[in-house]
Amino acid sequence: MPLASYAVVLSAVLFGLGALGFVFKRNIITIFMSIELMLNAVNLSFVAFSRIRHLLEGQVFVFFVIVVAAAEAAVGMAIIMQVARNRQSLNIERIDLLKL
Amino acid sequence: MFVLDNAWIIPALPLAGAAVNGIFGRRFTQKAVNAVAVGSTTLAFLATLALVGEFARLTPAQIPFIRSFFPWIVAGNFRVDFALQVDQLTIIMLLVVSGVGWLIHIYSMGYMAHEGGYYRFFAYMNLFMFFMLILVLGANYALLFVGWEGVGLCSYLLIGFWFLKRSASDAGKKAFVVNRVGDFGFMLGLFLIFRTFGTLDIHTVLSRIEAMSVETAGIGTITAIALLLFVGATGKSAQVPLYVWLPDAMEGPTPVSALIHAATMVTAGVYMVARSSTIYVHAPLAMEVVAVIGCFTAFFAATLGLTQTDIKKVLAYSTVSQLGYMFLACGVGAFSAGIFHLMTHAYFKALLFLAAGSVIHAMGGEQDMLHMGGLRGPIRTTFLTMLAATLAITGVPGFSGFFSKDEILWQSYSSPYGSWVLWLVAVVTALLTAFYMFRLIFLTFFGAPRYDEHHVHVHESPQSILIPLVVLAVLSVAGGWMGSGRFEEFLRPVFAHAEEMRAQLPAGAAHGLELPLMLVAIGGALVGFLVALWMYVRRPQAADEMATKLAGAHSLLFHKYYVDEIYDALIVHPMQWLSTNVLWKIVDVAAIDGSVNGLGSLARDLGQEARQVQSGNGRTYASWLVAGAAAIAILFLWLGH
Repeated sequence: MPLASYAVVLSAVLFGLGALGFVFKRNIITIFMSIELMLNAVNLSFVAFSRIRHLLEGQVFVFFVIVVAAAEAAVGMAIIMQVARNRQSLNIERIDLLKL
Repeated sequence: MFVLDNAWIIPALPLAGAAVNGIFGRRFTQKAVNAVAVGSTTLAFLATLALVGEFARLTPAQIPFIRSFFPWIVAGNFRVDFALQVDQLTIIMLLVVSGVGWLIHIYSMGYMAHEGGYYRFFAYMNLFMFFMLILVLGANYALLFVGWEGVGLCSYLLIGFWFLKRSASDAGKKAFVVNRVGDFGFMLGLFLIFRTFGTLDIHTVLSRIEAMSVETAGIGTITAIALLLFVGATGKSAQVPLYVWLPDAMEGPTPVSALIHAATMVTAGVYMVARSSTIYVHAPLAMEVVAVIGCFTAFFAATLGLTQTDIKKVLAYSTVSQLGYMFLACGVGAFSAGIFHLMTHAYFKALLFLAAGSVIHAMGGEQDMLHMGGLRGPIRTTFLTMLAATLAITGVPGFSGFFSKDEILWQSYSSPYGSWVLWLVAVVTALLTAFYMFRLIFLTFFGAPRYDEHHVHVHESPQSILIPLVVLAVLSVAGGWMGSGRFEEFLRPVFAHAEEMRAQLPAGAAHGLELPLMLVAIGGALVGFLVALWMYVRRPQAADEMATKLAGAHSLLFHKYYVDEIYDALIVHPMQWLSTNVLWKIVDVAAIDGSVNGLGSLARDLGQEARQVQSGNGRTYASWLVAGAAAIAILFLWLGH
C-alpha cells in the first residue's frame, strides 16, 4: 500500500477524533480545537488525494482552507472570549439561550 | 312619441325618488320627503298618461311597441337587452299600477304622518313602484323576473317595516321564504324557456310557440314551462298551496297592504300568466291546473274569511279568494276577463284596505272588529266609500266588480275549457264573499259600539286620506262601466292567438243561459248578504250560537284549517331539525370548521413537536450536524457502489 493511502487512513482517524471531540467535549476551547483538528484532517486528505491522482488542485484547496480556518479561528476566539467574560464559564451546556 | 320612445322614464322617476329619499331622507323634513315621493309618483302617473295618449295614435302594426335601450347581459349566444314593450295589456297594468300607486302615496302622507321612519317608508314605496313598473314593462322574461324579485324584496321590507315588532319581522321573512319556493319554479321555467328557444324575449318565445302544435297528451316541454311559470305565480299571487304568507303580510302598514298585497304586486302572477297566454293555450293540461287551483283557492280562502275577526285579515283572505277568480278566468281561457277583474279588483280592494286603514286610524290602532261597531255615524265618508267597495266586490249589478266577476262566472261555465263544477264552486264563493264582506260591514259600522268610548275618540281621517278614498270609490262604482265586451275588444290583439286556439275547440252549448246564470250568481250574493244581515244585525247572538253549535267546523275555520300548523310540522320543523342537527352541528361545525381548525391545530402541534429539536444546546446541534454529515457521507458511499 503506498504511503499516500496511509495518509488517507490517518486523515479519517483524525477526522473521527475531531468529530467525537466536537460532539462530546464540554469546554468550548476543546470543541474549537476539535473543529481545527477536523479541518486539518480534511487538509491532509486533500494533500493525499492530490498525490495519488497527480493533480495540483487538491493542494491549492489546502491553502484556501488554511486561510479560511485562520479567519474563522480569529472570529471564533473573539466570540469565545466574549462568552467567557460574560458568563465566567466555558461550559457549553450553560450557553443555551438560543431556544424559545 | 317622446314618452313611448323613452319609456324608461316611467320607472326611472320613482327610482330617483327612492334614491333621493333613501340616501338623504333622514335629514329631510316630512314636507320634503312628501315632495320627493309623491312628486315622483305624480310625474310617473302623468308620464303614463302621456304614454297612453301616444299609444292611442299608434297603428295596429306598430303594436306591440318594443324598444331596446342597451344590451344588458351578453354571454356567448345568450343575450338579454334592457328592452321595454308597450301593448294593450301593458297599458292597463301601467294605468293600474301608477294610478292606484299614486293615490296610495297621497293616502300614505296622512296615514303615516305620525310614524317613525317616514322617509324609509316612502323610499321603499317608491322602490316598489320602480320594480312593479319594470315588471309590467319588461319585454323579456329576464327583465320581468328582475321586477318580480324586486317587488318581492320591497314587499319583504315593507311587511317588516315595524321591524322591532317580532311578528312583523317574522311575517316579512315568511313572505320572503314562501316566495322563494315559487320563484324557484319560475326560474326553472325561465331556464327551460331558454333551453328550448334560446332566448328569453317574450315576443319571440310566444311567436315560436304559436307555430307549434298544442300539447294534448301528457307533459311536454310547453306544458312543463307553463306549469313551472304557474308555480311562480302561485307564490307571488298567493294561491294554494303557497298562499300562507299573504294573511301574515297584514303586519305591514295598511297602505302597503293596499298597494302591494291587494292592488298590484299580488296580481303580478295573473299578469304573467296572461302575458304568457300563448304558452298556456298550447298546454291544455296546464290550463286545467290553473283553473282548478284558482277555483279551489277562491273557495278555500273565502271559507277562511268567514271567521276572522281582524279587519285586515278578512280582506287578506278576500284578496287571496279574488286572485283565485282571476286565475280561474285565465285557466278557462278568458284572459281578458281575468285582467278585467284584476283592474276592478285593484280599485275596490285598494279602497277596502284604505278604508279599513281609515277605520283603524279612527279607532286609534284597533283592528279587531269585535271591538268596533256603530261606526257609520262618526266616520261617515269612510263608511260610504267602504260600502261602495263592498257592493263592488260582492258583485251588485252596476258596480265594477259585477261586470268582471259576472264575466268570469259566465266564462267558467261556457268556455270550452270550463265546466259546470268550476261555475258552481265560483258561485258558492260569490255567496261566501257576500257573507264575509257584509259581516265585516255590519260588525264594523252597525250595531252598538263595543269599544270603550271614554278611551277611544273616534274621529274622521284627514283630507289626504279621504280624497283617495273618494276617488277610488268613484272608480269602484264606475270602473266596470265600459263592460267586459269592450274591455275584451281592447285587449283582443294581445290575446289574439289564445282566442284563435279557443275558437277551434268545440264550444259548450250554453246559449241563452247567460241571463239565468247571472241571476243565480246575483241570487247567491243576495243570500250571503241576507244571512250576514240576519246573523249580525237582526239577531246579534245568532253568530255565537252557530259557533257553539258547529264548534268543530268553527274551530277548523278559525284555526285556518291548521294549514300553518301542518306546514310547520311537515316542512318547517323537519327543516329546522335538519339545519340544526345535520347542517349546523355536523356539516358546519364538524366538517367545515373541523377541517379548517384541524389544519390549524395540526400545524401548531407539529410545530410543538418540532421545536424540541431546537434545544439551544450547542452539543445537540453539533450532534445533528455530525449525524447529518455522516448520513450524507454514507449516502454518497452507497450511491457510489
